[in-house]
Amino acid sequence: MLIKSPAGCEPFASEITPRAVWTNRRSLVQAVAAGAALGAPAWLRAQSGRPGAKLPSQPGPFPSMEKSTSYKDVTTYNNFYEFGTEKDDPAAHAHTLKPRPWTVAVEGEVRKPRVFDIDELLKLAPLEDRVYRMRCVEGWSMVIPWVGYPLSQLLARVEPTGNAKYVEFYTLADSKQMPGLRSSVLAWPYVEALRLDEAAHPLTLLTVGLYGEVLPNQNGAPVRMVVPWKYGFKSGKSIVRIRFVEQQPVTSWNRAAPHEYGFYSNVNPEVSHPRWSQATERRIGEDGVFQRKRPTLMFNGYAEQVAGLYAGMDLKRNF
Amino acid sequence: MDGPDAARRAAPAAADRPLKSAAARSRAGPVGLATGASRAADATSPVPLAAGSPRPPKQVRALKLAVFALALLPLARLVLAGSTGVFGGLGANPVELITRSTGTWALVLLCITLAVTPVRRITGWHVLQRARRMLGLFAFFYAALHFTTWVWFDHWFDVRAMVADVIERPFVTMGFLAFVLLVPLAATSTDAMVRRLGRRWSQLHRLVYAVAIVAVLHYWWHKSGKSDYAEVAWYACAVALLLGWRLLARMRRAR
Repeated sequence: MLIKSPAGCEPFASEITPRAVWTNRRSLVQAVAAGAALGAPAWLRAQSGRPGAKLPSQPGPFPSMEKSTSYKDVTTYNNFYEFGTEKDDPAAHAHTLKPRPWTVAVEGEVRKPRVFDIDELLKLAPLEDRVYRMRCVEGWSMVIPWVGYPLSQLLARVEPTGNAKYVEFYTLADSKQMPGLRSSVLAWPYVEALRLDEAAHPLTLLTVGLYGEVLPNQNGAPVRMVVPWKYGFKSGKSIVRIRFVEQQPVTSWNRAAPHEYGFYSNVNPEVSHPRWSQATERRIGEDGVFQRKRPTLMFNGYAEQVAGLYAGMDLKRNF
Repeated sequence: MDGPDAARRAAPAAADRPLKSAAARSRAGPVGLATGASRAADATSPVPLAAGSPRPPKQVRALKLAVFALALLPLARLVLAGSTGVFGGLGANPVELITRSTGTWALVLLCITLAVTPVRRITGWHVLQRARRMLGLFAFFYAALHFTTWVWFDHWFDVRAMVADVIERPFVTMGFLAFVLLVPLAATSTDAMVRRLGRRWSQLHRLVYAVAIVAVLHYWWHKSGKSDYAEVAWYACAVALLLGWRLLARMRRAR
């Protein structure tokens, strides 16, 4: 069911962001001017990689009318097992992560394999603000204003070959920086993967910030994926390697519990997880205790954009 | 869950009488929560409640008051945190916190209840016996809160969703079973029921061992999807130890 489009990677660049937005010279000029006024261009200041440093971003497509989850909840209620399995572990322990210096190796079935320095990655394409729903496989959800650019921008630079059918994302696995690696909950490093057409989809975001600022460590600094129509665990954090392959990869959760976590893991209220129903969800910070859970939407509400990727597929079998 | 205590109160005039009846029950075999004190009548252990050494009721009352107050702390914390935001409030996901807190405390109190007899036998602090029923009932209380959280906050009284949950998910099946098995134990915890059921009371209350195992299984399977056994392993060890001690004690007596 793969939509073969190795050459189709290039056209996406113009599709993803409305031209008007990223060629909005006025605000770009303003951003640079504002940065210059403070002694350095904004992207240069962002290079410090310090969480909280402002990022020069423009409003992106797919605007959302929903209320964003508070910065506090987004940055203190996390699943990032490299720092512990409790929700508050990442916020408590991720200070040991060093987001600079950082490189991301892009390799495998590509014509131009390369190792990108993180600061080079930050400048590869204009940064956009993208407000996405985030649905965790555990039955809760958030609305998060991310900062990043479509992964397709990177794909266009490295030129996947005709053999590239899938993309793997490797999270850093350094026990000196990540105390959670001592635990054997998962096989490290954490690996997630997408089909090439999923990776090239305009919604798929290479993410470097949230709330207009550099990503806090616990949210996957300095660079992570965000794939909003899939359960949260599909979006790898603190990525050090992106590899293009021909065969469907074995991802971390899929290996740990194949009956519970499928390769696709698209948000789907009709396919329940062995340990909880996926029909409803609780929006963090919004849905009170004495409030009925809200219904979960097919593809997390992004059906209009992504349903076409799975046309003709049995989504119950390919969960 | 406090048979001999009840039996003693039922016959306050002759403090040695309940011991006799307890000893009679003990001969019937059960090594349990129900008959912990009955074994106090064994030749090998002191007889704490025997005539001539009446326990000052003040001490018992103080113990019960302390247990009552301590056992209410987890609930007080939830209520205070939820209503006033102290202790950091209930966090980003209050329902998850309430579910986990009530479930954990139900299991902790169940383990403490099961620990009364071994601790009493090892240390000789027989007064602990007098708090056992209250501990058992608090275990049930937190299990009931845990169950209510599931019924109300999680499923919003949707019976079909709950039935599906119990059937489809083994860890929910176990949790449900553990709670259902606790109900008759709580219901027969009164003095009147102890008297009425006689020997069958202690047989019935041996169910508590099954509840402990099923409850640990519930927790274990809940964690299995994420292969995160760090915490549940402690509870599994505790329950294994508490039940193992009883098995050993029983084997020793059989010899």
